[in-house]
Amino acid sequence: METTATASSTNPVDQPSTKRRFSYNPNRVAHTLNKLGLGYFAPFARLIGKDEPAKQVREIVTNTVLPIVAFLIFVALWAITASAVKTDSVQIPSPHQSWYALTGTAIPGFAHPFPESIDGLTKPYFEENGGLDPKSINGFTHAESLAEESYIESQQERVDKFMTRSKEAAAEGDLEKAEKYKGNAEMFASKTYAGNKTFYDQIWISLLTVSIGFVIATLVAVPIGVLCGISPMFNIAMNPLIQLFKPVSPLAWFPIVFVITTWGIDAPPSDSIWQRALFTSAGVVMLCSLWPTLINTAVGVASVDKDHLNVAKVLKLGWFKRIWKIVLPASLPLIFTGLRLSIGVGWMVLIAADMMAQNQGLGKFVWDMYQNGDTMSTAQIIVAVFVIGAVGFALDRVMLVCQRLVTFEEQSI
Amino acid sequence: MSYFEAINLGKTYKTPSGDAVIVDGFDLKMKKGEFVCVLGHSGCGKSTVLSMVAGLNDISDGNVLLDNREIEGAGPDRGVVFQSPCLLPWMTTWDNVMLGVEQVYYHATAEERHQIVEYYLAAVGLTEAADKRPAELSGGMRQRVGLARAFALSPKMLLLDEPFGMLDKLTKFELQQVLIDLWNRERLTAMMITHDVDEAIYLADRIVMMTNGPAARVGEIVTIDFERPRDRRDIMADPKYLEYREQLISFLEERVYLMDKAA
Repeated sequence: METTATASSTNPVDQPSTKRRFSYNPNRVAHTLNKLGLGYFAPFARLIGKDEPAKQVREIVTNTVLPIVAFLIFVALWAITASAVKTDSVQIPSPHQSWYALTGTAIPGFAHPFPESIDGLTKPYFEENGGLDPKSINGFTHAESLAEESYIESQQERVDKFMTRSKEAAAEGDLEKAEKYKGNAEMFASKTYAGNKTFYDQIWISLLTVSIGFVIATLVAVPIGVLCGISPMFNIAMNPLIQLFKPVSPLAWFPIVFVITTWGIDAPPSDSIWQRALFTSAGVVMLCSLWPTLINTAVGVASVDKDHLNVAKVLKLGWFKRIWKIVLPASLPLIFTGLRLSIGVGWMVLIAADMMAQNQGLGKFVWDMYQNGDTMSTAQIIVAVFVIGAVGFALDRVMLVCQRLVTFEEQSI
Repeated sequence: MSYFEAINLGKTYKTPSGDAVIVDGFDLKMKKGEFVCVLGHSGCGKSTVLSMVAGLNDISDGNVLLDNREIEGAGPDRGVVFQSPCLLPWMTTWDNVMLGVEQVYYHATAEERHQIVEYYLAAVGLTEAADKRPAELSGGMRQRVGLARAFALSPKMLLLDEPFGMLDKLTKFELQQVLIDLWNRERLTAMMITHDVDEAIYLADRIVMMTNGPAARVGEIVTIDFERPRDRRDIMADPKYLEYREQLISFLEERVYLMDKAA
């Protein structure tokens, strides 16, 4: 806390002690970044604050330049070897083809990755679509937004038409007709565009699915884990079940969950996002991801510091208070270790579950592209692979931050 | 009539190679409001005695009576100050003290409980640190919280298990003062484990010296005859101080010597 006054202390007259001006404290910013799991950016923050610039530059070079070099080598190897693997209809897409499959435009200065897609026949579609290949991810998204705009426009025209008719009828004194036309107008106004799901929609649906599965898994795993941790008897009773079901593949769970959701959930309207497939997929995620949380919770609860339990004994805390005030807070770090592992497993399982359940997530995207079976679709799968990896990494980071927030620097005092 | 009584107290652990007798036939009577220090070498079983009295360790033999009742398990009628303060790291100073106060004063209003916590935090000089977590406190401050927590229970008896053993000398003096000031206000019956001779003389009405284990018991009891409240410098200048010190140290040394000879 003393460090706040570093830059200003040379001239105290400038800064009356009653009024604290904002001052950039690189140390504190770096500390916060570390705490948020963004330690990578800490040297940048220090560099801005001119805190040992030479050291920061060295750190940035090692932390940034090295990974970038490794990544570039990877891309180069990929570019060289990709074209070697080729079947009648598909080849492994090159980096440029994958880039094109995402953006819908070729990188200037390089040969066009899909020369056959820019022949005379398809040209008008490109031009309508702002120059983006409508088969690419971004091109398709763009085309969908155009389609939605024109749908809304035509819908508005209908609304306007019926409103004028309604007013005309009212002016003529035919109130019944006026009311009917007004009803028509309201009907058209209430309609929303039910277009195709874009890749970006599918990312959100995947995140929604994994969240539902993860939340249910947590709600099941933490209480059972706590019971296992506090009661050796219960633990012995549960252990065979846990060991038996823990290694089961999501593909084996799928048919069972499918039957349960079909039995338990009424078929929703087709434009609802709460499709059965989403719950089937979430159910599979839940069944596969609850084990790490369960086991870690049980271990965390069973290994609460004896000193802390003595405090509970001396104060004669009741069962509920002992769990809530002592046992749970003490085992939070391990519970969160479990949650972090769980969300990793859940995200990995999700893709397979989406494929099987035909849930509108990334798994279905991959499956549909696989069914298309051309190089462009395969290139989109490669994009999906990168996105799946990036989202998984982000989820892991979020959990890491949560884990750090609940872990006390000195757990045992 | 004694307020606290340990009768023939014993602790035996069953081991594969026969029974390990840690404490055997420990007898002690205390009057209400008396401050007793239990002195002995490390590992002699003094902490075992205290944890049995606290109810944190099962009693193998004998009985413990407190206020005419046999103790059964742990309970807030015996406030314990542990060697490591055992604060809950996820709670603030305030909440650590409040946790016990809520248990003991469950019939009191929120306002009254608030005042109790406030009073004891002020008494140990931690009003400012009420919202801090244990990780932000120094070792001495943590043990102050430990003292406040134990006193705030208004226990029938105070049990202190080498509470200042992990502190440096200066902090130790400070905390002895905090402890004795609080004790002077409330005159709780207190049993304190220590291996610091000067600490024992300064604080105690009587000092119980335990023989070395195994099968430790009460060896000798020295009554410290200084007026309360005591002033550290005054009693150190008193010729009786050196006598007491001599007596205690010779007891401890003699035992070590005998033990060496036996081995």
